[in-house]
Amino acid sequence: MLKFLNSSIGKKFLMSLSGLFLLTFLLVHLILNSFILFDSSGALFNQAAHFMATNPIIKVVEPVLAIGFILHIFYAIILTLHNLTTRPVGYDKQKLGHSSSWSSRNMFILGLVVLTFLVIHVANFFWKIKFTGDELLEHGVVDGVENAYLLVTTFFIDWWWIVITYVIGSIALGLHLFHSVWSAFQTLGFSNQLWRRRLTLIALVVSIVIAGGFALIPLWVKISSML
Amino acid sequence: MDLTLKVWRQENAKAKGKFEKYQIKNISPDSSFLEMIDALNEQLIQDDKDPVAKEPVAFDHDCREGICGMCSLYINGRAHGPDEEITTCQLHMRKFKDGDTIVIEPWRANGFPVIKDLMVDRQAFDKILQSGGFISANTGNAPDANAIPIGKDKAEEAMDAASCIGCGACVATCKNSSAMLFVASKVSQLALLPQGKHESVKRAHAMIAKMDELGFGHCTNTGACEVECPKGISLDHIARLNREFLAANLMP
Ligand code: SF4
Ligand code: FES
Repeated sequence: MLKFLNSSIGKKFLMSLSGLFLLTFLLVHLILNSFILFDSSGALFNQAAHFMATNPIIKVVEPVLAIGFILHIFYAIILTLHNLTTRPVGYDKQKLGHSSSWSSRNMFILGLVVLTFLVIHVANFFWKIKFTGDELLEHGVVDGVENAYLLVTTFFIDWWWIVITYVIGSIALGLHLFHSVWSAFQTLGFSNQLWRRRLTLIALVVSIVIAGGFALIPLWVKISSML
Repeated sequence: MDLTLKVWRQENAKAKGKFEKYQIKNISPDSSFLEMIDALNEQLIQDDKDPVAKEPVAFDHDCREGICGMCSLYINGRAHGPDEEITTCQLHMRKFKDGDTIVIEPWRANGFPVIKDLMVDRQAFDKILQSGGFISANTGNAPDANAIPIGKDKAEEAMDAASCIGCGACVATCKNSSAMLFVASKVSQLALLPQGKHESVKRAHAMIAKMDELGFGHCTNTGACEVECPKGISLDHIARLNREFLAANLMP
């Protein structure tokens, strides 16, 4: 087993599994966030956020999610560091745009942008809801359900740069996902002529939905506040 | 056609190389790229003004008909130059314009050290093959051709994989210098057939271990290899190799 995990395919195997796991998390996250769009009183989103914060199943999933992130980042670094050593003398002229997509060649950089965004995002909301608390959360508490909606929307309404940061984060995430879906399945051995076409199409849809969805929410909150 | 060539010159494996510029005139658009380099070498050897013959440019070639895999060259930023599914010996000068500057570099990868000028050492591929790219068969008379029936689709797929000529364009073009397409084609050509099935687990293990050991990069599925492969070897074979390898490891 250790030998397997030390082999190139073994490392990539963990990379794809953790990536696919993180993707399912993103989908759940987007569905919950979309409640912000559907109910401007915030009650629906607050219920959902409260459920996520208190549900015992989520309590179990949370550390697993953290492990998913750590694995994905750890192996990304290991694999990328090795790949930086494999061409000691570079080419003078290289036209890679002809043979591969920009996303596929820049997964690590895109990942770094997403990670930076993630840190900002966690500090903005998760950290406050989970640990430090915030006075906005205490506003109009009903049955112990904190006002996460107020915290989130106030943030977006008050600061343009936060909205822009979120849009940039979403776009980077979308580009990252665009290469990742088929790539993950390919690494797991689940691909052929037919499925490659299907999976790249799914990748396109998934990245547009996720990037578009996550970018839309702050934009929507900001713009509707100005109307 | 009159051209400016920017060619990588390197004395030997240890020397530090550099680019050298050459002017070359009256090249027929119908000549092949390697014939153009032949002309350049002739010019270097028999320079009228310079009585001392210059060292010709060393480059790999053999069959010159796209079947041996010996010719290499990274031309104007692409493995085997600006044409699809061809080797450098099949590239014609009509793909360039009069007055063009052409940058000619050797394959660049940790696993393929430069021997001299544009020649690289591709023994790493042989070592990968020696580690498992074969079947063990009893000696004796060749078995009857139709003794083992093989489905048409399987036979076709195995033949597609077997069309790899071991040129190394996949490694050269890969941003990670990964040898996965080569290894995948060599694993697939055997794993698809009943003769090769028996040892497929052992083979996948041995060849991947060798590939990792020789300093090739990790595949990130950019797909550049498939586009630049002169034989159009499909990424499907890499999926199959991953499958073989995962099965070998996760299902004891
Ligand atoms: S897979 Fe294609 S590019 Fe790679 S060595 Fe074989 S023929 Fe050349
Ligand atoms: S010289 Fe044989 S393939 Fe080009």
